[in-house]
Amino acid sequence: MKKRWLELSVGLMMVAGIAALITLAIQVSGGSMSRNADHYTVTALFENAAGLSPKAKVTMAGVVVGEVVSVGIDPYALKAQVHMKIDGQVNYLSIDTSASILTSGLLGEKYVGLTVGAEEDVLVDGDVIEDTQSALVLEDLIGQFLLNFGDNT
Amino acid sequence: MINVIADIGSIALGKLIRMGEALLMLLQAIVVKPKLSSISRLIQQLYIVGVQSLVIILVSALFIGMVLGLQGYTLLSAYGSEQAVGQMVALTLVRELSPVVAALLFAGRAGSALTAEIGLMKATEQLASLEMFGVDPLHRIVAPRFWAGMISLPLLVAIFSLVGIYGGYLVAVDWLGVYGGSYWGNMQQAVDFNEDVLNGMVKAVVFAFLISWTALYQGYSCIPTSQGISAATTRTVVYSSLAILGFDFILTALMFGGTI
Repeated sequence: MKKRWLELSVGLMMVAGIAALITLAIQVSGGSMSRNADHYTVTALFENAAGLSPKAKVTMAGVVVGEVVSVGIDPYALKAQVHMKIDGQVNYLSIDTSASILTSGLLGEKYVGLTVGAEEDVLVDGDVIEDTQSALVLEDLIGQFLLNFGDNT
Repeated sequence: MINVIADIGSIALGKLIRMGEALLMLLQAIVVKPKLSSISRLIQQLYIVGVQSLVIILVSALFIGMVLGLQGYTLLSAYGSEQAVGQMVALTLVRELSPVVAALLFAGRAGSALTAEIGLMKATEQLASLEMFGVDPLHRIVAPRFWAGMISLPLLVAIFSLVGIYGGYLVAVDWLGVYGGSYWGNMQQAVDFNEDVLNGMVKAVVFAFLISWTALYQGYSCIPTSQGISAATTRTVVYSSLAILGFDFILTALMFGGTI
């Protein structure tokens, strides 16, 4: 009986440790999205993608529909090139969908918001979103405000 | 002057010889064909080394997570971004605190016990009598304890991280009213499994190696008197703690310091 208890407790510890690791993978690092094989990739060109990082959320009407895969520079257009992975079930984004970089809260994380347009054709794998709105850069905003302020007086 | 330099040389050589001895002991103990009968000894050691350390790991993980939640909340709410507390708690725990604190506790809880046990076996000549029977004490005594340490600590670190994160959740979400969805959401966006969680596990394996090795060598090579055993036990805790903290810096620099 003593021996059985010993083996049981060791087994429980091993199971608890491995379960903790799996929970860390799924619950803490959010691995569920990346395992979902059914998705397609679209690219958006932004004038300014300040603060947007890989794994940022892509939302539509406030609901998460994908995530940012990578952020780079398009060497021809000289714009920020944001590759996004969209859930395969969301296959009704029209080709004139617009993308904007939004912030959750004043200092919160940056994410991409999609607004669907009116066209019949839908975005497919590899398409590029042209209609974009850049990230809000606080310094530019303050600069503009000060400029306007100066003009008024 | 010459004597001073000679003394330094002899001290350095002595240290080097002890390192070599320790390495040889380890190699002799673990480079062996595994036998099925040694599984039961391994399970027994897993119980002593791992399961009996669970209580201290669980309790300290819970409190460390709660303290992180509380401190993170007070600090971040000054900037109105208390929803980032989940991200802070998770990254701090997974990258640094879980491996280091769990390893330090493990060195104090299990490492010292291993040294004392083997030291006492040596003092009461149990190791010598095993050799008389033709049983290699390295295989019989040292090897199962080494593997038990190597298996236990990574599991304990995973449990530590998870319990700590739920401790932070308890304080931040249940008591201080951070929105639960953003606690997990920010965390999931910030924590990368390969980069953060697996690197934490690599740290745990390295620390497990350091602790088990130090503890077993100190026990195996101690002077077989009561004073010798107590000195060896102290050395185990001091050396393995220093090794953990030193290697933690090196590992962190290698894993996360790429942008410096």
